Amino acid sequence: MDIKEIQEEIIDEFSMFDDWMQRYEYMIELGKSLPLIKEEYKTEDNIIKGCQSKVWVHAELEGNKLVFTADSDAIITKGIIAILIRAFSNQKPQDILDADTQFIDEIGLKEHLSPTRANGLVSMIKQLKLYAVAYQTQIEE
Amino acid sequence: MLDIKKIREDFPILKREVNGKPLVYLDNAATSQTPQQVIDTIVDYYQNYNANIHRGVHTLSQEATDKYEQARLKIQKHFNAAKSYEIIFTSGTTHSINLVANGFSSLIKKGDEILVSAMEHHSNIVPWQMLSERTGAILKVIPMNQEGELRMDVYNELLSDKTKLVFCNHISNALGTINPIKEIIDRAHSVGAAVLIDGAQATPHLVPDVQALDVDFYTCSAHKICGPTGVGMLYGKEEWLNKLPPYQGGGEMIAEVTFEKTTYADLPHKFEAGTPNICGGIAFGAALDYMNAIGFDEIAKYEHELLEYATQELEKIDGLKIYGTAKDKTSVISFNIEHIHPYDMGSILDKLGIAVRTGHHCAQPIMDFYKIPGTVRASFAFYNTREEVDVLVTGVLKAKSMLL
Repeated sequence: MDIKEIQEEIIDEFSMFDDWMQRYEYMIELGKSLPLIKEEYKTEDNIIKGCQSKVWVHAELEGNKLVFTADSDAIITKGIIAILIRAFSNQKPQDILDADTQFIDEIGLKEHLSPTRANGLVSMIKQLKLYAVAYQTQIEE
Repeated sequence: MLDIKKIREDFPILKREVNGKPLVYLDNAATSQTPQQVIDTIVDYYQNYNANIHRGVHTLSQEATDKYEQARLKIQKHFNAAKSYEIIFTSGTTHSINLVANGFSSLIKKGDEILVSAMEHHSNIVPWQMLSERTGAILKVIPMNQEGELRMDVYNELLSDKTKLVFCNHISNALGTINPIKEIIDRAHSVGAAVLIDGAQATPHLVPDVQALDVDFYTCSAHKICGPTGVGMLYGKEEWLNKLPPYQGGGEMIAEVTFEKTTYADLPHKFEAGTPNICGGIAFGAALDYMNAIGFDEIAKYEHELLEYATQELEKIDGLKIYGTAKDKTSVISFNIEHIHPYDMGSILDKLGIAVRTGHHCAQPIMDFYKIPGTVRASFAFYNTREEVDVLVTGVLKAKSMLL
């Protein structure tokens, strides 16, 4: 599936919930299934700034696709990263760069997060795109 | 006995819903809610006598000046200051502390020592670090024990004739510990050091008598005592306030200005440059009136009952640990549940309409001491109820079942 299709699938899933308690429960479940980063990558360099909880993200190329792994010390944060990784991981760097992030608004994630968490979300997306830029450059070289 | 039902009627905000649930406001240590009486005072000011003070000849200015100076007298009386001009209006505790720290730049020299407690809010750490950097003075820390009480034995050892200043909060914002400030002040004075007590967390719960305490500086913020944000006070002994240079230059704080030389106004105006928060100052006075009409003895007694009940009920939850278990503490409970990040707990509680604080509470050294990223902090005021404690406990259990 391409990024657009995955995003639509996520929107569909979130539209099934009646209230935010259910959405939180779902995010917590997603958090528990997050592809975990290897301990050796949980370094100061891989920490995303701007989150009240700690978030580590690692990226590496597998073939021509970029694969993200991540972790956080807070479970709801892990759920948020899980959603992002599902949408962006295992894709070509150029596709990640071109993808829009409209789906975040459509599932209402931002407005239901506390401001510090919403800032963290923006930082996370920025970081994933930065990784894509870096690897795209590497591929072009 | 306080009539809590009647008291709650005074606070319009307590009627609102959050996320479809009745608001349970347990973040009083961050800011207290505002009673109608104080809101009315603010409205009355802007509707009837809004004017700049101390300089106008017209009636509105006179009225505003009178009310503002009356508020200063109320504050003086409340804290039992000897002189009204020992009460300086500031924008709050942080401003008050910076005013003093800045003033001491010219009174402190290299090698002098400054003692600060291990349980300070960042606002009572950073200004002194900046002062040390400017002057070459040495900042030393009075440690605390696992219960969150200051190690008075170490404090005694740290004090010497090099000690010039001691800074400590009256009550810790993160732990609720009531510090033995009278003892701290007396011992500091025995080596000739001055003492500043940060009263931001104490003034909502008790009435400090600055003369009985013999404290050199005492600070507080109105918004924690049912007043508005952006206003607070600095109490300083007259002799100290005279020694400190002005903090900011501007209008109001001068006696005479020429381009060659400016002479400064007398106290308190020397420290009150520019147009102050006039409405805020007046509302600060109204907030003290409101609290005093209820009575601080009654408030303290009731809040202590709430604290004991909440502690007892929360401790029943498996895996819950309370940080700050001093014998002498106010109605603040900082806690964590094993394997749950405080931020997750706070997010779920918010969805249930319960307002708590999460994080390091601007007291990172305390979190480092306990080796935790932060805590969930529930802080109770006199308008909270036992039923709200029950809602909190149910909420924590619900969040726990979701998060684990």
